Parts: sequence; C-alpha cells; structure tokens
Amino acid sequence: MVNRQVVGAHYGLRDWLAQRVTAVVMAIYTLLFLAMLVGMPKLDYPHWKVLWALPAVRYATLLFLLSLFIHAWVGMRNIFMDYIKPTNLRLVLYVVVILSLVWYAVWAVQILWSA
Amino acid sequence: MSKSRPKHLDLTKIRFPVMAIVSGMHRISGAVLFLFIPLLLWLLQQSLSTPQTFEAFKSAVSGPLLKLILLGLLWAFLHHLCAGIRHLALDLDRGTELGAARASSQAVLVVSIGLTLVAGAMLW
Repeated sequence: MVNRQVVGAHYGLRDWLAQRVTAVVMAIYTLLFLAMLVGMPKLDYPHWKVLWALPAVRYATLLFLLSLFIHAWVGMRNIFMDYIKPTNLRLVLYVVVILSLVWYAVWAVQILWSA
Repeated sequence: MSKSRPKHLDLTKIRFPVMAIVSGMHRISGAVLFLFIPLLLWLLQQSLSTPQTFEAFKSAVSGPLLKLILLGLLWAFLHHLCAGIRHLALDLDRGTELGAARASSQAVLVVSIGLTLVAGAMLW
C-alpha cells in the first residue's frame, strides 16, 4: 500500500472542518440570541444587565466568540495565502491576526464576566 | 485550421457570473467583519459597564454615522451568513447544478439585502 502525502502541511481538512463547525455554532447562537432579544419585556439597562448575568448567556456567548475567532483565523489566513505573496509580510500579518484574536478573546472574557 | 472561438475580451461585455460575485462578496464581507470586531466588542462593553455608559452607548448607536456603519456590518453579516449556508449545502452536494447554483446565488443576494432593508427600516 502506498501512503502518499501530496502536501507538506496537513491542516487542510482540519481547518475546513473547523470553519464549518464554528459556522454552524454561530448560526445557531444568532437565532437563539435573536429569539431572546425579541422575548425581552423591555430594553433598558437593568433588563439588559440581568440578561448578560445569566450563566447560559455568558457561556453561550463565549462559545460563539471563540468560534468566531477560530473562524476568523481560518478565513483571514486563507485571504493572506491567496493575495500576499512575500513570505515575510504574510507571516507578519498572520502574527498580527493571531495576537489580535487572542487579545479579543481575553477582552471578551473580561466583558462577559464583569457584566 | 483556425477556429474562430467566441473570445470575449471586450471588457464591456465580460460579466462575472452571479455565483462569482456572491463568492467574492462572501470573502469581502468576512474580512470587513473581522476588521470591525474591536468596535463591536467595545460597544458591547459600553452597553454593559454602567448605566452612564449604557446611555452613552444608546445615543452613540442612534447617531447617523455609527448607525450607517452598523447597518453596513449587518448587511455584511447577513450576506456572509446566507452565502455560508449556501456553501454548506454545496458541501453536501445539494444545488451544485448550474441552474440551481445560479438561483441560490441570486437568493443569497436578495435575502440578505432584503433583511438588511427590513432591519434598517425598523431601526431608523
């Protein structure tokens, strides 16, 4: 049996799958969040605050945001791979995107758990 | 024997198929949404911090500039969502025929623009 590796990097299928799984998570969250907004009796500060203090809302939003950040990483990397030919510049852009997304993740936790 | 193929190199006649336009917009909307993540996180933070920042958030999002930006982002989001759902269907081998693929591309454009207009009318 010939075990042929046609590419050097093996992240293709994994990222393809991650892109789609995170997309489905975000689509479901969007529908649930919309339903919750519509079901709110009043959109003032106390009601808004109570909503975001619910553990289910915090964890679901965290799951949504982490999915978003993984999804954004795969997407932005694909865009850079297609259009940014100089390797140095492309790597710098990868690092900028990764650091931004890590920063957003920390910031998101801070927002959600200080609310 | 030289064939005279229909070479459409006339730039005024070359048209992208609607599938290509929707695909390109999927990519552009994704990049735009990525760039505006910090603004959206900041707005969420403003809305939750204190009653004062909540009021500031409310008056900020009812200003014309931010409202227009948010409406544009809503369109980007809806287009990305609809085109993404279409993409998942294509992955499952649904709607890959030329006619179906063209029709679903047009549906993506119509539904996302339509929903954006509805949301815009409600928010304005």
